[in-house]
Amino acid sequence: MLKLENVSKIYKGGKKAVNHVSLEIEKGEFICFIGPSGCGKTTTMKMINRLIEPSEGAIYINGKNIMEKDPVELRREIGYVIQQIGLFPHMTILENITLVPKLLKWKEEDKLVRAKELLKLVDMGEEYFNRYPHELSGGQQQRIGVLRALASNPPLILMDEPFGALDPITRDSLQEEFKHLQRTLDKTIVFVTHDMDEAIKLADRIVILKAGKIVQVDTPDEILRHPANEFVEEFIGKDRLLQTRPNVELVKQMMNRSPISITEEKTLQEAITLMRDKRVDSLLVVDEMNVLRGFVDIETISEFRKKATLISEVVNREVFSVKEDTLIRDVVQRILKRGFKYVPVVDEHQRLVGIMTRASLVDIVYDSLWGEENTMTTESV
Amino acid sequence: MFTDFLKTNGPELLIKAWEHLYISLIAVLLGILVAVPLGILLTRMKRSAPVLIGAVNILQTLPSLAILAFFIPFLGVGKVPAIIALFFYSVLPILRNTYIGIKGINENLLEAGRGIGMTSWERIRFVEFPLALPVIMAGIRTATVYLIGWATLASFIGGGGLGDYIFTGLNLYQEEYIIAGAVPAIIMAIFVDFFLARVEGKVVPRGLKGTKQAV
Ligand SMILES: Nc1ncnc2c1ncn2[C@@H]1O[C@H](COP(=O)(O)OP(=O)(O)O)[C@@H](O)[C@H]1O
Repeated sequence: MLKLENVSKIYKGGKKAVNHVSLEIEKGEFICFIGPSGCGKTTTMKMINRLIEPSEGAIYINGKNIMEKDPVELRREIGYVIQQIGLFPHMTILENITLVPKLLKWKEEDKLVRAKELLKLVDMGEEYFNRYPHELSGGQQQRIGVLRALASNPPLILMDEPFGALDPITRDSLQEEFKHLQRTLDKTIVFVTHDMDEAIKLADRIVILKAGKIVQVDTPDEILRHPANEFVEEFIGKDRLLQTRPNVELVKQMMNRSPISITEEKTLQEAITLMRDKRVDSLLVVDEMNVLRGFVDIETISEFRKKATLISEVVNREVFSVKEDTLIRDVVQRILKRGFKYVPVVDEHQRLVGIMTRASLVDIVYDSLWGEENTMTTESV
Repeated sequence: MFTDFLKTNGPELLIKAWEHLYISLIAVLLGILVAVPLGILLTRMKRSAPVLIGAVNILQTLPSLAILAFFIPFLGVGKVPAIIALFFYSVLPILRNTYIGIKGINENLLEAGRGIGMTSWERIRFVEFPLALPVIMAGIRTATVYLIGWATLASFIGGGGLGDYIFTGLNLYQEEYIIAGAVPAIIMAIFVDFFLARVEGKVVPRGLKGTKQAV
């Protein structure tokens, strides 16, 4: 649906920011442009909606050369999500998300219907309509930024490091949410980022750029398994190469299937005995249906030993879990990034089915080191 | 002594005050009509804008009396030349604030506007003007308060207003005249500023209150 043909951009002053880039993007594909700062990823993206005019080459959307279109019309047909959110502070949430429909002169009632649909996509209610951007959290603001780009239902959306300004945890959940949204709505996305984790998580194909040139275009798995050259390898980072192991991809293939759990009506004394027997410092708390309810750890128990008697009084309900068919590499990132010692694994009914611990990760790392030694003769061991 | 003055001059004082007010307000209004669009235009002219702003700045430093006198040969005396001279004075603060207000808008927002497909005009109307409005309003308030002060000089070229009393008072060494001219002018300035503050509260978009991100 989108085709870049030999596109170059030479800025005034002779800086060649993009150098003969050719690329074809299918409908519904999620493409990430990635590379070190100054490699030309933003420039390439902005040429697609003519915020920057190419110096050479041509860009086609559905076979039509974009240079033959009116730039304003072109941009209204392409969603755009900007770095640092870019919501208009003087407009309400409703006004912000219906801005493109307004430019397209939609009827009032159509705009309202659309706005309601949009907020529903991100689980936000109509009570937000009349709020202003500064009254929302960073994550909510960026959700609205994404909705604004989706408002007129454009088939193609450009995103310029949209989650870069968010804290890691908000970013993580927004990425997940957005990937899901993109799949359901079947949008074609061109996404600029300098965060490899983000690219691996979101992209169908990653375009790695260096000094204005494409170095490699491939699926995340291909790039991780077969980096085109040393530059890519270095860019991905060694620790990430370790996270790929050909045959094991899902959490359920790798998790420990006998997590130590306890129910809420048990006493603290029973919990301590169980911990001692099983040699663990933390227990997962489940109900009689084996649905995950929280966890207790040894510090909490010893702290409340005098004041409380039952697990239900001390259970910590803020427990983070993953589904059993999550990709291993996503869990690895979470465990490393958020510093978890373990992550409980649940099925689709939130029932506890296993646990991923740091120890299981160590197994993966050993396997991949060992695997690499056998399959490739690189110096990376 | 002053009550005597009011007894004989009371109705006339009201008329003078009214004259004074409308001379100033008409001048400010003209100033807004010219300076706001001009300020917006300046933001589109990357190279010449600083030069033009500099030129207007220099004009502003000319003493008010000199400007008033300067207009006499061209426009004669009376209310119209007074209004025109005052209008010149109102242009700069409004022009400068319009320019600064728009220039101060976060680049990201302008690019967001462009990126989602706003025309140049739509960007001015939906983004730049509303976001610069608090700064523009500040310029308008400054201009208005100054002009109410300077309008006392209008009497010098036959513009009328409270300046008539001040000049009479100075000529005749009669302080009640000076007071009759100066005090109402001060009160007027305070009231008008207060009123404009209220207007500002009404027109500045709610989303900008309590945030500094726009300017
Ligand atoms: N308007 C501009 N004028 C001149 N050079 C620019 C301009 N914008 C970007 N560049 C240069 O072009 C190169 C690519 O920039 P950019 O596309 O922004 O890179 P990235 O998004 O990968 O960090 C950089 O070296 C940058 O300094």
